[in-house]
Amino acid sequence: MEEKLAFVEGAEQPLSMHPKKFALWLFIVSVVMIFAGMTSAYIVRQSEGNWLEFDLPDIFWYTSAIIILSSISMHRAYLAAKKDDFNTLKISLIITTVLGIGFLVGQWYSWVALVAQDVYFVGNPAGSFMYVFTGLHAIHLISGVIFLIIVLISSLRNKIHSQNLPQMEMCVTYWHFLGGLWLYLFMFLLLNH
Amino acid sequence: MAVANVSAHDVSNHDHHDHEHKDNFITKYIFSTDHKMIAKQYLVSGMFWAFIGGLLSVLFRLQLGFPDMDLSFLRPLLGGWIDASGKLDPNFYLALVTMHGTIMVFFVLTAGLSGTFSNFLIPLQIGARDMASGFMNMLSYWFFFVSGVIMFASLFLEKGPAAGGWVVYPPLSALEQAIPGSGMGMTLWLIAMTFFIASSLLGGINYITTVINLRTKGMSFSRLPLTIWAFFLTAVIGLLSFPVLFSAALLLVFDRSFGTSFYLSDIYIGGEALPNTGGSAVLYQHLFWFLGHPEVYIVLLPALGITSEIIATNSRKPIFGYKAMIISMLGITILSFVVWAHHMFVSGLNPFLGSIFMFLTLIIAVPSAVKVFNYLTTLWRGNLRFTPGMLFSIGLVSFFISGGLTGIFLGNSAIDIQLHDTYFVVAHFHLVMGSASFFGMMAGVYHWFPKMFGRMMDEKLGHVHFWLTFVGVYMVFFPMHYIGIAGFPRRYYSWTNFSFSDMYTDLNMFVSVAAIVTFVAQFIFVFNFFYSMYKGRKASPNPWRSNTLEWTTPINPGHGNWPGEIPAVYRWPYDYSKPGAKEDFIPQTVPLSATPESNLPHENKLVQLEKEIMAEEGDVLVANESKES
Repeated sequence: MEEKLAFVEGAEQPLSMHPKKFALWLFIVSVVMIFAGMTSAYIVRQSEGNWLEFDLPDIFWYTSAIIILSSISMHRAYLAAKKDDFNTLKISLIITTVLGIGFLVGQWYSWVALVAQDVYFVGNPAGSFMYVFTGLHAIHLISGVIFLIIVLISSLRNKIHSQNLPQMEMCVTYWHFLGGLWLYLFMFLLLNH
Repeated sequence: MAVANVSAHDVSNHDHHDHEHKDNFITKYIFSTDHKMIAKQYLVSGMFWAFIGGLLSVLFRLQLGFPDMDLSFLRPLLGGWIDASGKLDPNFYLALVTMHGTIMVFFVLTAGLSGTFSNFLIPLQIGARDMASGFMNMLSYWFFFVSGVIMFASLFLEKGPAAGGWVVYPPLSALEQAIPGSGMGMTLWLIAMTFFIASSLLGGINYITTVINLRTKGMSFSRLPLTIWAFFLTAVIGLLSFPVLFSAALLLVFDRSFGTSFYLSDIYIGGEALPNTGGSAVLYQHLFWFLGHPEVYIVLLPALGITSEIIATNSRKPIFGYKAMIISMLGITILSFVVWAHHMFVSGLNPFLGSIFMFLTLIIAVPSAVKVFNYLTTLWRGNLRFTPGMLFSIGLVSFFISGGLTGIFLGNSAIDIQLHDTYFVVAHFHLVMGSASFFGMMAGVYHWFPKMFGRMMDEKLGHVHFWLTFVGVYMVFFPMHYIGIAGFPRRYYSWTNFSFSDMYTDLNMFVSVAAIVTFVAQFIFVFNFFYSMYKGRKASPNPWRSNTLEWTTPINPGHGNWPGEIPAVYRWPYDYSKPGAKEDFIPQTVPLSATPESNLPHENKLVQLEKEIMAEEGDVLVANESKES
C-alpha cells in the first residue's frame, strides 16, 4: 500500500512552485527567526529585572496606520496588475512607495521621541532593544522600498501585466510580510514593555 | 587559499569538456555557477581549512603534551608568539584553541561538508540540471570565501586572533581590555562570521528550494536517497538557527562597538567600574546555543546521510529501515532545537529547567540509537566490500556509538556539574561530532571522487589512510575521557601548576604524539587526492554498481548534467541484491515493468499502472525536454 501511494505520487509532476518565490518565502523564514531570537532575548532579559520603564512613542500608532495603508494600496496595485489596469497599478505603486518612505521617516521621529524621553541606544537594555527592533526592521523595510522601486520602474515600462506577475507577486508578499512584522513588533512592545 | 584553489582549477581543466557553451577561465573555474564546480571549490577550501585547523591543534598539543619543551624551532612560523625562553605565549595558546574550534566547526565541517556534498549531490541525485539559482549558489561560495579571507587575516594580527573560545562568550569577548584577542581579532571574527552566516543562508535556501521544486519525474520524497533527506534537513536546521546566531552576534557588535549593555553589567576592571549596567551574559549563552546545538546536527546529519548511502551500496543490501531512518532524522531535527540549555547546566540555570532540558536531551538517544541499529543491521550478513569509503563509513558508526554513549553522561544535569568543561566533554564531542563528521566527509570524498574527477582514488593508500586515522583518533580521544574524569579543565594553558592536575603528564604526552601522527597521516590523503586527479585510474560510469541517479550521467558530466533528457525514476534507491534479479543492483531508472523476475507481488500490480502512465506522459515529457534545451 505504501509503495502504491508513493507510486501514484511519483507519477505526477513533483510539487513545483516558482523557485524564486519559494526562495523568498525561505528568506522570510530566516528574517522571522532573527526577530524571534531578538524578541525572545527581550523577554529573557526583561524577566531578570533591572528594566527601565518608559512610554512607547505615540508616533508608533501613526506609523502603524501608515504601514497598514501602504499594504492596502499594495493590494490594490496587485489587483490592478491582474486586471491589466495600468493606471491604477502605477498610481497605487507610487502611493505605496511614498507611504513606505513616510513610514521610515516616522520611525526616525520615534527615535527622536525616545531621545526626548532620555531613552538612548546606549544605556539600559530596555531602551537599546527598542532601537534594535525598530532599526533592524527599518533596514529590512529599506530593502522592501528598493524592491518596490524596482517593481515600479518595470511597471512604468509596462513590463508588469496579468501574464507577467511573479516579480510583482514577490514584492507584494515581501511588503505584506514587512508590514505584518512591524505590527507584530508593535504588539509585542505594547504587551511587554 | 589562492594556492589551493589554483591547483583545483588546473585539475578540473582537463576533466571538463563543455560542448554547449564556451566559458573563459574566470567564468568556468572562479565565478562558476555550475553546482559541480562550486562543490569542488568548497571541497578544496574545506581541505585548506582542515589543514590550518589541524595544524593549530598540533601546536597546542605540543604545549599540552610537552609543557617543558623548547619550542624555539617554531619561531620561523610563530615569530613573537614564542617567547625568549622558547615557550608558547599563553594568550596565543587561547587564540589557537579558539581558532581551531571556529575553523573546524564552521569552515571545515559546515562549509566543507555541506557545501561540498549538498552542492554536488543534490542536483545529481534528484535529477536536476543545476541548483534552483546558480547565481545565489556562486554568491554563497564567495561569501564563504570572503569570510575565510577575513578569518585567515585575523591569524596574523599583532595582538592575535579571537581568543575567547569558539563560543565567544561575553564579557570576555566583549571587552577589549579582557584579553588581547578581544580587540581587533574579535572584530574580524564577528565580521567573518557575518559573511559566513550570509553564505550559509544563501546556500541553505538554495538546497531547500532545489530539493522541493526540481526533482525529476517519479522522484517522490519516499524515493529520495537518504543523502538528500539528510542535506535537506540540514539546510532546514541552518535556515532556522543561523539567523539567531546573527541576532546574538549583532547584539555583541553593539556591545563591543557602540557601548550598549545587552550582555554586560556591573563589571570592574583594575578596580574601576565600567559604565555598562543591566546586561545579562547568560542571555548570550541562550542565543548562542540556540544556534550552537543545532549546529552539531548541521555538522553531523550530512555525514550520517552519506554513510547511509555508502553502507547500503557496499553491503549490497537495501538500507535497513528506510522510513525509520527518515523519521529519526526528522526527530533529531526537531529535538535539536529544544535542547540548547544542556550546554548551560552550570550557568546558574534554574535547576527545574535543567531537568526539563536533560529529559529532552536524553530523548535524542532514541533516534540516534535507531540510526545506529539500522546501520548495523544493514551491514549484518551483507556482501561487504571494504572500499575506503565503506571503511570510513563504518568508522563513523563506531565513533557515533562510542562518542554517543558519553553524551548520555553529559546530558545528565547532575553528572555535568563534575564533567562540565573538562576533557571528558572534549573527548565526547570530538568523537561524536568532530571525528564522526570528518569520517563522513572522507567517506564521501572517496566514494564520489570518480563522479567529481572521472578517476578513481588509490584504494591501497585509502586503506592506509583509514587505519592510521581510525586508530589515531581513538588514541587521541580515548585517553581524554580519563583526563576529563580526573577533573582536567578545557582550554587551560598548563596544568603543572595545580596539585590536582599535575599527574597524567604521560597520558597527555601520549595524546599529543597520537595527534601528531594522525595529522601527518592526512597527507597520505592529500597526496592521494591530488595525484589521483591527474594520474588516477580512469573511472567507469558506475564504479560502485550503485543505484542512484548520479551514476547515470556521463563520466564527466557537463553543464546540465545529463546530455539528453533527465531520466525518470521508477523505484526507491536501495534495490540491492533483490531476490530474482539478474544483477545485484537495480538502478532507480529501471522501470518495474523491465524487471518482472524480481518484482514483489505488490510491485507487479503497479506495472500495469506504470505502463499506462508512461504511454500517456511520454509525449509530454519529450515536448517539455525539447523546450528546456
